[in-house]
Amino acid sequence: MEHYNMNLTLKVWKQKNADTSGKFESYKVSNISSEMSFLEMFDVLNEQLVREGKEPVAFDHDCREGICGMCSMYINGRPHGPWQGTTTCQLHMRAFRDGDTIVVEPWRAKAFPVVKDLIVDRGAFDRIIQAGGYISVNTGNAQDGNNIPIPKDDADKSFAAAACIGCGACVAACKNSSALLFLSAKVSHLALLPQGDTERKQRALDMVAQMDKEGFGSCTNTGACEAVCPKEIEITNIARLNREYLSAGLATDSKSH
Amino acid sequence: MALSGIFLILFLLIHAGLNACIWANDGGVMFNKAAHFMGANVVPRVLEIGLFVFFLIHIIQGLVLEIQNRSKRGIGYAVKMGNRGSAWNSRAMGILGALVLIFLAVHLSDFWYPSRFGGLTNMYIDTATNQIVPAGTAGGKEYHDLYAEMQHQFTSYPWIIVLYEIGVIALFWHLVHGFQSSFRTLGLTNHKYISLIKNTGIVYSVIICLAFMLMPLSFYFGWIR
Ligand code: HEM
Ligand code: SF4
Ligand code: FES
Repeated sequence: MEHYNMNLTLKVWKQKNADTSGKFESYKVSNISSEMSFLEMFDVLNEQLVREGKEPVAFDHDCREGICGMCSMYINGRPHGPWQGTTTCQLHMRAFRDGDTIVVEPWRAKAFPVVKDLIVDRGAFDRIIQAGGYISVNTGNAQDGNNIPIPKDDADKSFAAAACIGCGACVAACKNSSALLFLSAKVSHLALLPQGDTERKQRALDMVAQMDKEGFGSCTNTGACEAVCPKEIEITNIARLNREYLSAGLATDSKSH
Repeated sequence: MALSGIFLILFLLIHAGLNACIWANDGGVMFNKAAHFMGANVVPRVLEIGLFVFFLIHIIQGLVLEIQNRSKRGIGYAVKMGNRGSAWNSRAMGILGALVLIFLAVHLSDFWYPSRFGGLTNMYIDTATNQIVPAGTAGGKEYHDLYAEMQHQFTSYPWIIVLYEIGVIALFWHLVHGFQSSFRTLGLTNHKYISLIKNTGIVYSVIICLAFMLMPLSFYFGWIR
């Protein structure tokens, strides 16, 4: 692929902490290689800011290989930027041209308060997982895989749902700030397998209850989540979750709901 | 939301079917008889109560949902995602629903109120020949002339026609999303059925809304008399 350098204008959200109001700050970066990743471009910016004695831009990242879900940046009006099925860290600068202005905002949702600049607190997702996104029945020692027959189709669907990295782009994209794509992926990957099947009803009820408590909105099936998900989690998972939830609500014997 | 929405979808099907009787172009004989059946029979009367309840549930739930969902973002984005991930009508369900509601208020006061509480003229249909006959004719049965009221409304006030067309267009976009959305909400979709449901929803919305749009125009342009 052809290599080129570019000069860019960045408009980045700066905010001291959750209690202060933020604003956009403009920066210029030059000689950015088309082969850099988006985060490397931010590294260049921050080194430049440190050299100038200014405060660097705070942003989240960890693996930089598309598997941890930390790199939450809303780039030019789209979570994780313009590329389909790609996290911010895997977005490359060849997606941009010399002279471009790039606007970078944090995820916007009351359930994800800004910690600083582009970093938001996604602890709400952890608490949803803690509410039931696990298997608590004793599954015994690791046994021969063939002891538990699982249809290939179910295994594939479960695996595809398990690819969710909890990045929160679905919430950021949704006009209702709904977390249902995330939650449906977490419920689906367990419900489709025999080990997760036994607790599927209580799990759906508990996780949805926690989601509502965290202040996410309700799903109205617009499809924006599916369009931006870097792991291409399918919206059909939401229909599965709704099915789980409705039948669990009708069938459950527990008084806590 | 989904259950009340599907009930309203079924209602619209019946409503459009009955109203299509105007195109028999028989001076309203068939239509007035159909309307009379719906008014005189106990089953439609009970269903009417159910309809009002479902409308109320849908409207109140819709408004609450819209207000709650709008409150979840906090600070908005400087650059909007727009149509890059979702269709505009799926994001405008609250506003489209509100437009339908305004239309509904006018619509009820135009036709439902006078037909239930008086204010319509009468007409007489001969029970044997099915012809319109003058008042007092032996064998003539009395009917509310809802047909004449439609003709009057849709030939006398052009602004009413404009309002109806706007209302039905809003309904169309509301239904194009609402139909498939309700099945998703109920968990009744998977890879196999989703395109079937989407397409059925589009065909349904086109047919129903085209029919409702043509009714006022048919009277206004004198296609039926
Ligand atoms: C004949 C009239 C109407 C029909 C057939 C209809 C049908 C539907 C259907 C099927 C849905 C989808 C439900 C779901 O996804 O679970 C829906 C959603 C909705 N409707 Fe209606 N509706 C009508 C009138 C109204 C009115 C008068 C309002 C007034 C405010 C309204 C407001 C809403 C709202 C806010 C939603 C939620 C958005 C969404 O789920 O995407 N609707 N409607
Ligand atoms: S569903 Fe997709 S967008 Fe949502 S948290 Fe999981 S990986 Fe991120
Ligand atoms: S930094 Fe880990 S997914 Fe981007």
